[in-house]
Amino acid sequence: MASAALEPATSLVEDRGRGFAGRWYRTPSFVAGLLILGTLIGLALAAPLVTRYSPTAQDLHHTLSGSSSQHWLGTDQLGRDVWSRLVYAGRVDLKVGFLAVLLPFLIGTTLGSLAGYYGGKLDMLIAYLVNVVVAFPFYVLIIAMSFVLGPGERSIYIAITFVGWVSYTRIIRAEILVAKRREYVEAAKVAGLRDSRIIVRHLLPNVIMQAVIFAMSDIILSLAAIVTLGYLGLGIQPPTPDWGDMIAGGQNFITTKWQLSVFPGLCVVLTGLGLSLLADGVNDLMRPE
Amino acid sequence: MDRLSYIASRLLQVIPVIFGCTLVCFFMLHLVPGDPARTMLGVHATPQGVARLHREWGLDQPLWRQYLDYLNRLLHGDLGTSLFYNLDVAQLIKDRLPPTLWLLFLSALMSVLIAIPLAMLAASKPDGARDQVVRVVPMIGLGMPAFWTGIILLILFALNLGRVFPVGGYGHGFTGHVRSMILPSLTVALFISPILIRSLRASLLEVLQADYVTTARAKGIPERRVMIKHALRNGVISMVTVLGLNIAYLVGGTLVVEQVFALPGIGQLMLAAIFQRDFTVVQAIALVFAILVVLINLLTDIVHAMLDPRVRFD
Amino acid sequence: MSEPAAPLLEVRDLQVRIPLSRGTVRAVDGASFTVGVGGAMGLVGESGCGKSMTLRAVMGLLPRPAEITGGQVLFAGEDLATARASRIRELRGRGIAMIFQEPMTALNPVMKVGAQIAEGPYAHLGYGRRKARERAIELMQLVGIPDPVRRSQSYPHELSGGMRQRVMIAIALSCEPQLILCDEPTTALDVTIQDQILKLLLRLREELGMSIVFVTHDLAVIAQTCQTLAVMYAGEVVEAGTVHEVFHQPRHPYTLGLLRSVPDPVDVRDVLDSIPGSPPDLVAPPPGCRFAPRCPFAEDDCLEGRKPLLPLEGDRASACIHPDRAAESVREQPVITGV
Repeated sequence: MASAALEPATSLVEDRGRGFAGRWYRTPSFVAGLLILGTLIGLALAAPLVTRYSPTAQDLHHTLSGSSSQHWLGTDQLGRDVWSRLVYAGRVDLKVGFLAVLLPFLIGTTLGSLAGYYGGKLDMLIAYLVNVVVAFPFYVLIIAMSFVLGPGERSIYIAITFVGWVSYTRIIRAEILVAKRREYVEAAKVAGLRDSRIIVRHLLPNVIMQAVIFAMSDIILSLAAIVTLGYLGLGIQPPTPDWGDMIAGGQNFITTKWQLSVFPGLCVVLTGLGLSLLADGVNDLMRPE
Repeated sequence: MDRLSYIASRLLQVIPVIFGCTLVCFFMLHLVPGDPARTMLGVHATPQGVARLHREWGLDQPLWRQYLDYLNRLLHGDLGTSLFYNLDVAQLIKDRLPPTLWLLFLSALMSVLIAIPLAMLAASKPDGARDQVVRVVPMIGLGMPAFWTGIILLILFALNLGRVFPVGGYGHGFTGHVRSMILPSLTVALFISPILIRSLRASLLEVLQADYVTTARAKGIPERRVMIKHALRNGVISMVTVLGLNIAYLVGGTLVVEQVFALPGIGQLMLAAIFQRDFTVVQAIALVFAILVVLINLLTDIVHAMLDPRVRFD
Repeated sequence: MSEPAAPLLEVRDLQVRIPLSRGTVRAVDGASFTVGVGGAMGLVGESGCGKSMTLRAVMGLLPRPAEITGGQVLFAGEDLATARASRIRELRGRGIAMIFQEPMTALNPVMKVGAQIAEGPYAHLGYGRRKARERAIELMQLVGIPDPVRRSQSYPHELSGGMRQRVMIAIALSCEPQLILCDEPTTALDVTIQDQILKLLLRLREELGMSIVFVTHDLAVIAQTCQTLAVMYAGEVVEAGTVHEVFHQPRHPYTLGLLRSVPDPVDVRDVLDSIPGSPPDLVAPPPGCRFAPRCPFAEDDCLEGRKPLLPLEGDRASACIHPDRAAESVREQPVITGV
C-alpha cells in the first residue's frame, strides 16, 4: 500500500485576529508608545503655546537659577529658560531625527530590493558596498563626515544617509530573497509582468513592514547620533537649541546643577522609549498568534 | 570544506573590504567643500601653506594617481603628517592606541557580563514578569546617548557616592588604568547592552525551544545537563554571532566615551583633530577604526568556526 | 486480537489546554486509549487534532504554555499526570522514550551523534564514559548504521536523513524502554527510506519486546505497523479498535471519511472523496459531536451534548451515536481492499 498523506492545509485558527484596526488599542505597548510619542511631538509642535520665554533669550542677572514659578525648570548658565529650550530643542531634534531616516529608508529599500530580486553581480556589488560601510563604526563615519562636510543640518542628513542605508538594504534583501520564491511571484512572472511591477506591487508590500519597524528603532539611533554630534559641537549649531548642545553646556556645572545635563538626556531617552514601545506594538500586531 | 580552509577564505575576503575602506577614507578629502587645503587651514591659510598641502595630498594629480599614491604610502605604514602637531600620524596613533584597546576589551567583557545573565533570565521564562522587565531595559537603554550615560555615571559615582572612581584620565600603572577604565567601559557596555540583550534573548529563546532540547529532555538526563550540554553550547554560538554583528557599534561607542572621560585614546585624538582641523589625523583614525572592526569581526568568525561544526564556506 | 489484562499505558480522559490571549485552546479534550505490553497502537488524525500534544503530555514534555488540566496518564499503573517532575525524568528514556518527526532539528547540531546516544546510558544506567560510548556504537550497529565506530564521531549534518532517524531510534532504544512513542517518525523521509525505518522499528519491537505508539496522519503506516488504533478528531478520540476491524468496518463517519480519502493502489477507486470543510476552532468547539458540521450523516441529536466514546461489540468503541450509518455506507461500497 502506498503511503498516503491526508494532511489538509487547513489551520485550526480560522480568523487571524480582527486585523490591525480592531486590535491596536488592545496592545499595551502600542498604546503606551503612541501616548509618549504623541505627547512629545504635540509639545514640540505647540512650542510657542507651552513656553513663556524665547529659547534664546538670555537673562544674565538670573543665571543657573533653580525652578520657580517663572522658570519651571530654572535657567542655564546664560539665564535662558530651560523648559523653553527643552521644548524648542525637541522641535529641531525630533524633526531632524525623523527626516534623517527618510533617505536611508528609500535608498536602502531600493538597493535591497534590487539585490534580492536580481541577485548575481548586482547583488555581489551591493553586498560589497554594505560590507565596506559596516566596517566603519557608525559614530566614526558620522563624526568624520560631519567634520568633512562642515557642521549643520544638511551634513547630518548626508552623513546619516551615507551610513544608514545598509541596514535597510540588508533587511529588505533578506526578505525579498524569501518572498520571491513564493508562488504568486512565480505566477506574476509567468504572466509576463514587468520586473519593476513585480517588485513594487507584489514583493515590497509584503516585506516593507520589516523595514518600517526597523525605521522606528533607526530614528532612535539617528536621534542619538544627532544629539551626540550636537554635544561634540558638530551638529545643530547654536543659537538653535539642541538637546546635545544643552547637555554639553550643562556639563561644566554637573557638580552644582546636574539637572542641566540630565533633563535633555531624559528627553532623548523618553523619545527612544516611545519609539521602542511603538515598534514593539506594531511587531506584536503583525504577528498572528 | 574544513575549518582551516574556511578561515583562509575568510582572510581572503577581508582584503577587498579593507581596500574599500581605504577608498572611503581617500574620498573623504574630496567631500570637503571648496578647496580642501584652504578649508582645512581656515583662517591660518597662507598661499605657502595651501601650496604645501596641495603638494602633499597631490591634489594637482589625476584622481587615480592620487589614490595609488595614498595606497602606496599606506602600504609603507605612512599615514601622513599631522597638520597640527607636524608629527608622524602613525606614531601619534600608536601612542594613543593602548587606552582605546583597553577600553574596547573591558567594555566588551562588561557588556557580555551584563547582557548574558539578563538575556538568560528573560529567556528562561518567556513572557513572565522577569522577561517583561528585561524587555523594557533595552527600550530605555537604546535611547541613551553614550556621552549622556557617561555624564550620569560621573555624577553618580565620581562626584557623589564616595567618589570611588576618578573623573577622567588614564591613571598610572595597571591598577590605575583599570580603576580609571571602569566607568568608561561601563558606559560603553550600557550603550551596547540594549542591542545585545535584545538579540541574545531572541536567540536563546530559539535555542531553548529547539527540538534538540526536547530530545535531550526526553532522554531523562538531568535538567542541568540539558542546559549545559545542549542549550548553552548552542547559545554561546549565537552569542558570538550577535557580538560580532555589533562590534562596529561598540567601537563607535568608545569614541564618544573617551571624550567624556578624557581618556587619551585614538577616539579622543580624532575629536581633538577635528577641532584642530587636522584632516590627516581624522582620515587616518577613521581607517584604523575600520580595520580594527574588520579584524575583530574576523576573530569572531574564527571563534564561531571553531565552536560550530556546521560552519562551511558558501 | 484483544488487549492484555494489564495495559502498559492507559490514558484516561486526558485534557491539555493552551492558554492564548484570544482564548484557551482545548488541544486535547478527553482523549482515552490503552496500549498493552508489547502492543503497537496507532494514533491517527489530521494535523492539529491533538495527537502530538497527547504524546508530549504522556512524556511530560508539553511546549509552553500548554499544560495538562485533567485526566490520567497511567504508565504501569502510575499516574504521570500528577507525578513529580523528578519521577517523570527518571522514567524518560528508561520507561518511555520518544522518536521525533524531524531528525535534523531533533538532534543537537554541535554534538557528535555517538555522544548524543551515549548520554542516556551514562545518566540512567550508571555507565562510565567508555562503556556508554561502547553502548552507543553497539546501538548504532543494532539500528543498521554502517561503520558505527567512525559514524559515532560524525555531527548530525554530516549524515543523511535516514541515518539521522536511525540515530534518533538508537537514542530512544539506548536505555531499553518499555514503551516508545513515535511522533510521525517517517514523515520527513523519502518513501524508500520510510519503509526501511518502519521495518527496523517493527523488527526492534519484536526483538526487544517493547510497546510502540505511532502517531501519524498516514494510514498506510498504521496498516503496516500497528495492531490497534485510535482515531482522533478535534482533541477527542472518536473511534478505537483493532486495525483490521476499524479499517474494514469503520463505525465513525470521520474514520470512514479518512479511509475514503486514501488512494488504494489495489482497487483503484474512481472517486477519491475528501472530507468537506475544516476542523473546528478548538477555542470554542461546537456543542455536540465535533464532526457533525462536516458529517454527511449528521442528524439533530448529533448537535447537542458531548459524545463520549461508547463501547461496541468486541473491544471496539466509537463516539458516533449512529455507528450503523458508517457501517451501511461500507456495505454499499467497501473502503479498503489492500489491508
